[in-house]
Amino acid sequence: MIEDAQPQRSLRRENATVQVEHPLVETARMFATNYAAVAGLATLFVIIVVSLAGPLFYQTDPFEMVWAPFSPPGVKGFLLGTDYLGRDLLAQIIHGGRATLAVGCSAALLSAVIGITFGALSGFYRGWVEEVLMRITEFFQVLPTLLFSMVLVALFGASLPMIAFAIGIVSWTAVARITRAEFLKIRELEYVIASRSSGAKNFNLIFRVILPNALPPIIVQAALLVGFAILFEAGLSFLGLSDPNVMSWGAIMGNNRPYILMHGFTIVYPGLAIFITVLSISLIGDGLNDALNPKLRKR
Amino acid sequence: MPAAWQQAFLLYVQYFTVKDVMQFLLITLKRAGFGLVLLIAVLVLNFVLMHLAPGDVADTIAQDAGGLDAEVMAQIRKDYGLDLPLWHQMMKYFSGVARLDLGYSFYYNQPVTTLILEKVPATLLLVISAQIVSIFLGVMFGVIAARKPNGITSHFVTMLSLVGYAAPVFWTGIMLIILFASIVPIFPIGNMVDVSIEREGFAYIMDVLHHLVLPTIALSSIFLALYSRLARASMMDVLGSDYVRTAQAKGLSEFQVVFKHALRNALLPVVTTAGLVFSGIVSGAVLVESVFSWPGLGTLAIQAIIARDTPTILGILFFSSLVVVAANLVTDMVYRIIDPRIKTSEGSQV
Repeated sequence: MIEDAQPQRSLRRENATVQVEHPLVETARMFATNYAAVAGLATLFVIIVVSLAGPLFYQTDPFEMVWAPFSPPGVKGFLLGTDYLGRDLLAQIIHGGRATLAVGCSAALLSAVIGITFGALSGFYRGWVEEVLMRITEFFQVLPTLLFSMVLVALFGASLPMIAFAIGIVSWTAVARITRAEFLKIRELEYVIASRSSGAKNFNLIFRVILPNALPPIIVQAALLVGFAILFEAGLSFLGLSDPNVMSWGAIMGNNRPYILMHGFTIVYPGLAIFITVLSISLIGDGLNDALNPKLRKR
Repeated sequence: MPAAWQQAFLLYVQYFTVKDVMQFLLITLKRAGFGLVLLIAVLVLNFVLMHLAPGDVADTIAQDAGGLDAEVMAQIRKDYGLDLPLWHQMMKYFSGVARLDLGYSFYYNQPVTTLILEKVPATLLLVISAQIVSIFLGVMFGVIAARKPNGITSHFVTMLSLVGYAAPVFWTGIMLIILFASIVPIFPIGNMVDVSIEREGFAYIMDVLHHLVLPTIALSSIFLALYSRLARASMMDVLGSDYVRTAQAKGLSEFQVVFKHALRNALLPVVTTAGLVFSGIVSGAVLVESVFSWPGLGTLAIQAIIARDTPTILGILFFSSLVVVAANLVTDMVYRIIDPRIKTSEGSQV
C-alpha cells in the first residue's frame, strides 16, 4: 500500500502549481456562467430591495383612498392606477411585497426544517423510525394541500403567521424524500463509516458529517419552495383567506376579483409581480442545480 | 392469423406466471389496505380539527337564530351528542362515515354526502380532461423536443416549463378570461352550462364542452410543463439506448421507431408522476373552479368556508383524500401492468 502511494505523491507535487478552487468559489463561477440564473438573481435582488426599502420612499398608504376607483394606469400621477376603492395600486404592490416575501420565506423555512428532520432521521436510522416517518410523509402526500391549508386558515384565523404555518405544514414532503434519498446514499460512504468507527455520536454524524454533504439538492428544493409558497399564499388570498390588515400581492387580486372583466389591470399587475418573482426564483433554482451538480452540466 | 394487437397481448400475457398474478394481487391488496389506513388517519385529523375549531353546532344554530338561551344550547348539544365522551363521539363519527354519512350541513340543510355527490361529476370532468390534455400535449412536446435537443421546440419546452411553474394558476385563468371571453369573446366567461337556453342531448354536451375549454387549459397549464419536461428527459434517455438503435438499423421508419418502440418506455415516468401529482391537481381545481365559477367540489368548499360550514368542509377534505388515494392506487396498478420489470419488487414506492 505504501509503495503504491509513493508515486502518487510525487505526481501531485509536479502539479502543485494547479490551484484548487474552494468549492464555493467553483459553484459561484459555474452559477455565473448561467446567464438566465444571474438575470433571475438580479431581478430577485431588485424585488427584495424594492419591497424592503420601497415603502420608505413611496409613502402613499396602500389602504388610503386617494382617487376615484378604477382609474386607469397613468392618470393623475398614479402610475398603475387605482383599485376598486380608489387606492393606489402601485403603493399596494410596493407595500404588499413585504408580506408576500415574508410568508414565502417563513413557510419555506418551516417546510425545509420539517422535511430535513424527517428525511434525515428516516434515512439515518432506517428500521421502524423510517417506517413511521415515511408513512407520515405519505399521509401528507395524500392530503389535498390547498384544501387542508384552507381549512386550517378558515378554522384558526387568517393571520400572517397562521397562513405561513398552513403553507409550510403541507409542502415539506418533497424535501423529506430528497433528504432521505441523499442520506441513504451517503451513510454508506467510506468517510461516514470512518467517522462512525472513530466514535462519532449519531447527532454529529447526522448534522456534521452527512447533512453538509447532502445539502446541494436540498438547497435547490428549498429555493423552489419559496416560489411555491408565494404561489400558495396568492391562491389562499385570492380565495379570500388573507389577513385583512396586511396588504399582499395575492390580497390585491382577491380584492379586485369581482371586476376582472371591466378593469383587468387591477389583477394583471399584482399577478405579474408574482409571476416575475417566482420566475426568477425558479431560474435561480435551475442555476443552482447546475452549479451544484457539475456532472449534470456535462451531459 | 390474429391481429397485431392480439399477438402483442399474447406475448405480454405469456410473460406472467400464476405466481406473478398472485403477487400483483397481493401487492395491490396491501397498498389498498395502506390507503385505507391513510383515510382513517384523515378522519382522525378531521375529528380533531372539528373539535379544535372555535364554535360548534349549537353556536352556529344560535348565530342563525340571533342568540339562544344557555338551556336551549345545552339541549341542542345533547341532541347532537356533543355531551358524550370524546372517544364515543369519534366512534359515532367513524361509524357514520362507514355508512357514507359525512354529517349534516346546517348551511345548506342537506346531508353532506348528498351535497358532495352532486358536485363530484363536474370536478371529475374538469380534472380528468385537464389530465388528458396535459399528458397528451406534454408527451407530444417532449417527444418533439427530444428528437432535436437544441431545436426551437426544445427551447420552447424549457420556456413553457418555467412559465407554467411561475404563473399562479388562477391568474392564468383570469388572463384567459380577459383574452378569450372579453377581448375576443369566443368562449363563455364561466359556469358549466348556458342557463339562458334549454338544451338537450347533443346540444347540451356541446355546450358543456364549450364551457370546459378555458378551465381545462388553465388547469392543464400547471402540469403541461412538468409532463413535457419529464417526457423530454426520458425520451432522450430511451432514444440513446441499444434497442432503439437496433430498430433504426432494421430500417424502420422514424415514426415507427419513435412512436412504437421508444415512446412506450419513455412514458413510464410520466405515468408515475401523473399519479403523484393528483393531490396537486385537486388543489389547482379548487382555484380554477373558483375563477370560472365551475359548479364543482372546489366551489362548494369555498362557499362552505365562507359560511363556516365545518361538516361540509371536512367532508370535502375527506372525499378529496379518498380520490387521491384511489388515483394513487390505480396509478400503481397501471405502472405494474405496463412495466413487467417491477412485477415483484416493491422498489418503486417512495
